[in-house]
Amino acid sequence: MTEPLYRVQALTRRFTDAGRHVLALDGVDVEVSRGERLGIVGESGSGKSTLVRLMTGLDRPTSGTVWFDGEQVSGRPERELGFLRAAVQLVFQDPRSSLDPRMRVGDVITEPLRSRLVRRQLGTGIDHRERLAEVLTAVDLPPEAADRYPHEFSGGQRQRIAIARALAPKPEVLIADEPVSALDVSVRAQVLNLLTDLVRDQGLTLVLVSHDLQVVRHLCDTVVVMQAGRIVERGSTSRVYESPESDYTRALLAAVPRIRIDPSATDHPVTTPGA
Amino acid sequence: MKRFQLVVGLVLVGLVVASAIVSLFWTPFDPIQVDGANRLRPPGWPHLLGTDGFGIDIVSQLLVGARATLLVGIVSVGVSAVVGVPLGMVAGQLGGWLDEVVMRAADIVYAFPALILAMLFASVWGASTVTAMAAIGISTIPAFARVSRAGALQVVASDFVLAARVSGTSRLGIAVRHVGPNIAPVVGVQASVVFALAILAEAALSYLGLGTPRSVPTWGNMLRQAQDQLFTAPLQSVWPGLAIALAVLGFNLLGDGLRDYLDPRLREVQ
Repeated sequence: MTEPLYRVQALTRRFTDAGRHVLALDGVDVEVSRGERLGIVGESGSGKSTLVRLMTGLDRPTSGTVWFDGEQVSGRPERELGFLRAAVQLVFQDPRSSLDPRMRVGDVITEPLRSRLVRRQLGTGIDHRERLAEVLTAVDLPPEAADRYPHEFSGGQRQRIAIARALAPKPEVLIADEPVSALDVSVRAQVLNLLTDLVRDQGLTLVLVSHDLQVVRHLCDTVVVMQAGRIVERGSTSRVYESPESDYTRALLAAVPRIRIDPSATDHPVTTPGA
Repeated sequence: MKRFQLVVGLVLVGLVVASAIVSLFWTPFDPIQVDGANRLRPPGWPHLLGTDGFGIDIVSQLLVGARATLLVGIVSVGVSAVVGVPLGMVAGQLGGWLDEVVMRAADIVYAFPALILAMLFASVWGASTVTAMAAIGISTIPAFARVSRAGALQVVASDFVLAARVSGTSRLGIAVRHVGPNIAPVVGVQASVVFALAILAEAALSYLGLGTPRSVPTWGNMLRQAQDQLFTAPLQSVWPGLAIALAVLGFNLLGDGLRDYLDPRLREVQ
């Protein structure tokens, strides 16, 4: 039996704000195997993003542990997290805020290569310009993009830049936190397909966080459903979508909007109730 | 409209700078030499704005006075920014008790009037341009520290800093690559506002005899001089007053204009 790449055990995170306690994560256990494509779904406030922050060592758990590749992540100082920094990269929801507006795209993308922790992990043999060209090609952006600033690009292109940055240090795991929910519907499919291709071609392990069940269904082979800081259901994507066991999952699936076309409404839009 | 502010600000500030530079090489008359025969001349030719109670040409004094104004402004803003900006950045980025200590110290300095500080320095080391600059510089450190801290807090909370942290970028790297460039515009705006304050403070300190010695023409010294003739020659106090007001206005407009000009949200629309 192979050791899972990520092992999250009894993870709890409590936030205290003005004397009020909020339990963002309440005893969460998750395992991610090498090559797995795991979806984490749940409503906003269910603890998805907190889980991601703890898995990437950006925050400390109240209790519980996170293991990556046999090494403990939680509770260790930043300088000992080199193994994690090179191997796990994050793609954020909104590329308008995840790209520094004052940095050129080329500098944004090569930033992970300049960190001392990552250099120690990858060795010094990486040529920045070469790698920059490689990842720009991988996300279908022209090489000239490197000299421009993020605000000169559209939302979809900016998310490609963010993905290119995440790929630069040759990670094993890509964690995408709502990677398309800030994008126009028209470019969502492109970005999702790009992610799918990259994960397949580069043999990446994917952790995809989303509130959108269709996105997870499209990309992931296993899924966990979170509600109020707990995991209420887990299993293969097809099993969970076809025969959900928890009431919450059933409710989520029932809430997926379906497009209905009502021919009478198109003729008389003014009379449509609530329009 | 916003462009207009920036342009007027630039013109006024440019005028002050030009006066200071020109005065280094040429002034219409000697700005120091007393001329008893030409006391209190009204504006006309050859003394365009007249002469003061010692018969010294007012235009010449105004030109030379711009030097002290700029020198005090540049040095005190420089000192203040060099100390205040890193303090604010460190406080904002690291937070915790360090943040508390730095910001409470800033509050204390803020509560201490620049004028009292200048009096203190003047009584210890004797009034000079240097003590005036030191007093103004120290008392404006909190302004820079606060602005930088607020900016740093905002930047550190952003996703692009999280992304940098996920790649193992050190705190220093984040400060240099992300926080610095992103707070530069607000610091620049703050600098021009503090510059305006420094001009006003320098004039007030010279006027009170707590700054540059009487013998050197500064706008504040001119104002004090003119006070003696306030009823016989009221125009005497108008000229330096106008110079101070226009310089302060110029730096304030420049600051406001820069703030709008450098706003990335506005640039994004282009």
